[in-house]
Amino acid sequence: MSDKNMDMLFNSGVLTGEREGAILPPRELWEKKKGGVVIIECPQRIPCNPCHTSCPTGAILPFEDINNTPKVNWEKCTGCTLCVSACPGLACFVIDLTFSEENALYKLPYEMLPLPVKGQKVQCLDREGKSVGEGTVENVTQPRKDRTHVVHVSAPKSLVTIFRSIRVVK
Amino acid sequence: MKKIAPEILVIGGGAAGLSAAAEAASAGAKVLVVESDLRLGGQLIKQTHKFFGSKDEYAGTRGYKIADILLNEIDSFKDSVSILQNTTVTGYYTEDDTFTAMRGEEEVFQIKPQKTIVATGAQERLIPFPNNDLPGVYGAGAVQTLMNVYGVLPGKRVLMVGAGNIGLIVSYQLMQAGVEVAAIVEAGPRIGGYWVHAAKIRRMGVPILLRHSIKKALGEDVITGAVITGLNEKFEQVGPEEEIECDLICIAVGLSPTTELLSQAGCKMMYVPQLCGNVAQRDRTMRTSNPAFYTAGDASGIEEASAAMVEGRIAGLSAAAALGYPTEHGKIDEYWSRLESLRMGEAGARICQGIECVLVKGWEGASHE
Ligand SMILES: Cc1cc2nc3c(=O)[nH]c(=O)nc-3n(C[C@H](O)[C@H](O)[C@H](O)COP(=O)(O)OP(=O)(O)OC[C@H]3O[C@@H](n4cnc5c(N)ncnc54)[C@H](O)[C@@H]3O)c2cc1C
Ligand code: SF4
Ligand code: SF4
Repeated sequence: MSDKNMDMLFNSGVLTGEREGAILPPRELWEKKKGGVVIIECPQRIPCNPCHTSCPTGAILPFEDINNTPKVNWEKCTGCTLCVSACPGLACFVIDLTFSEENALYKLPYEMLPLPVKGQKVQCLDREGKSVGEGTVENVTQPRKDRTHVVHVSAPKSLVTIFRSIRVVK
Repeated sequence: MKKIAPEILVIGGGAAGLSAAAEAASAGAKVLVVESDLRLGGQLIKQTHKFFGSKDEYAGTRGYKIADILLNEIDSFKDSVSILQNTTVTGYYTEDDTFTAMRGEEEVFQIKPQKTIVATGAQERLIPFPNNDLPGVYGAGAVQTLMNVYGVLPGKRVLMVGAGNIGLIVSYQLMQAGVEVAAIVEAGPRIGGYWVHAAKIRRMGVPILLRHSIKKALGEDVITGAVITGLNEKFEQVGPEEEIECDLICIAVGLSPTTELLSQAGCKMMYVPQLCGNVAQRDRTMRTSNPAFYTAGDASGIEEASAAMVEGRIAGLSAAAALGYPTEHGKIDEYWSRLESLRMGEAGARICQGIECVLVKGWEGASHE
């Protein structure tokens, strides 16, 4: 894809690679962390900081200016998903690479109905909503009891850089 | 005709008006809030998504919950705040410094306050295209009211026009209600709203077509579709054209401040593109050129609920202070530093430019308080 088309894609809301506010954790640390670590995709300066204020471990660093993009200390992250459900932009995800040999556990925010249930198969969607595989729902939680659910889906590790949403097939 | 004479009249019971009323009442003033709608809360009661901002402005809290928080605060000042719902302020007469107001369809009365805070919010803009008078073409505000206030689905498949925050958020809310979003067209080369709001609908498969707009609506009696077209850099419709099947076209191309009452009161007005229209000049206390008039919220420039609440507090505090109620020294500076920090982002830079145009240091002939 040409640079211009890549820019257009990003300008329409699709992440096209790592950039400030959307950096992946170092792979080595990520692979070891039980419970997973947070992945944030929030590359624009906006006046917002609930990811930081909701994080109990200090993994999301304090915002010097509320408009800064978030910065993470992955060492401190426990994968608790409190930020996943607090972020108004649904821009925080947790991915646990220790789930099994082939599969990772993807903990994704979900605000649609119907809610999937444990054991259900769901489509794994990429950042443009294209189905890139199938996953199994392992758990559905509501960390802050505020109606934003977090759906835990096991799916192949190969999808780790692209799988960011689910489609519940009715 | 009945005439009421409150110390402070707040026109509009949205984020700005409610904050203004609470702040003025906490300083000791007696306040009357007048709201056209059946319910208080303004735009907030339609917002089911979580808000941005910082903790001070209830970030991470859904809009309608923020309205509840403000209403609880107002409730704690029951003795000093009275509220008239279903009542519209219809005009201002400078001859005798009096407003006319209408409650429901019948009752007409007059209000003669000592100070007035105009927090009337905004009006939706619309764009012209063939067949835009067919049933099925809605403003985003109407769609939100139907869906989130009355629980009525406006359609099954929608074409959204505009990818500002409102277009993006209302698209998401439509999807939550089970409506399919066929596409979002946006005339500009990038989404106007927050990138994260776009990302969350993109990953659910909704196309956002940049440099595109609606050319015409299709249908005989009701909407059956729309023709969209590509635009060039000069926003000319150059194609390619595409037909979209839909029974709902939702227009979300922006808001303009509602300022008629300020104009009627002779407040100095100014057209400021960054604030999306004609707004009143104001000083740091949100006072206008008319010493009895203050302005706050979207009526003083289209921004966010977070800023509207802070502006409302400044206006409420200043109006109470002007009536001689003791207020905490330095509180206005504190509110201004909150506004400044809210306005430090990308969108905030534009707002700051706009504010710079309309903000006056002091009013000629005004005594220093
Ligand atoms: C879809 C959408 C999403 C949004 N998302 C966010 C967000 O995430 N974060 C954020 O901070 N902001 C958000 N906003 C913006 C926010 O809702 C507004 O900036 C805020 O509500 C403005 O408050 P206000 O009090 O100035 O105006 P309003 O809320 O519009 O209130 C004005 C009130 O005045 C009343 N009124 C008007 N004229 C009269 C009259 N003559 N007599 C009596 N009453 C009158 C109206 O009925 C209305 O209730 C969003 C807005 C929309 C539409
Ligand atoms: S997952 Fe938990 S520990 Fe990790 S950043 Fe989010 S809130 Fe903090
Ligand atoms: S809460 Fe979400 S949208 Fe807000 S700054 Fe953090 S990651 Fe970005």
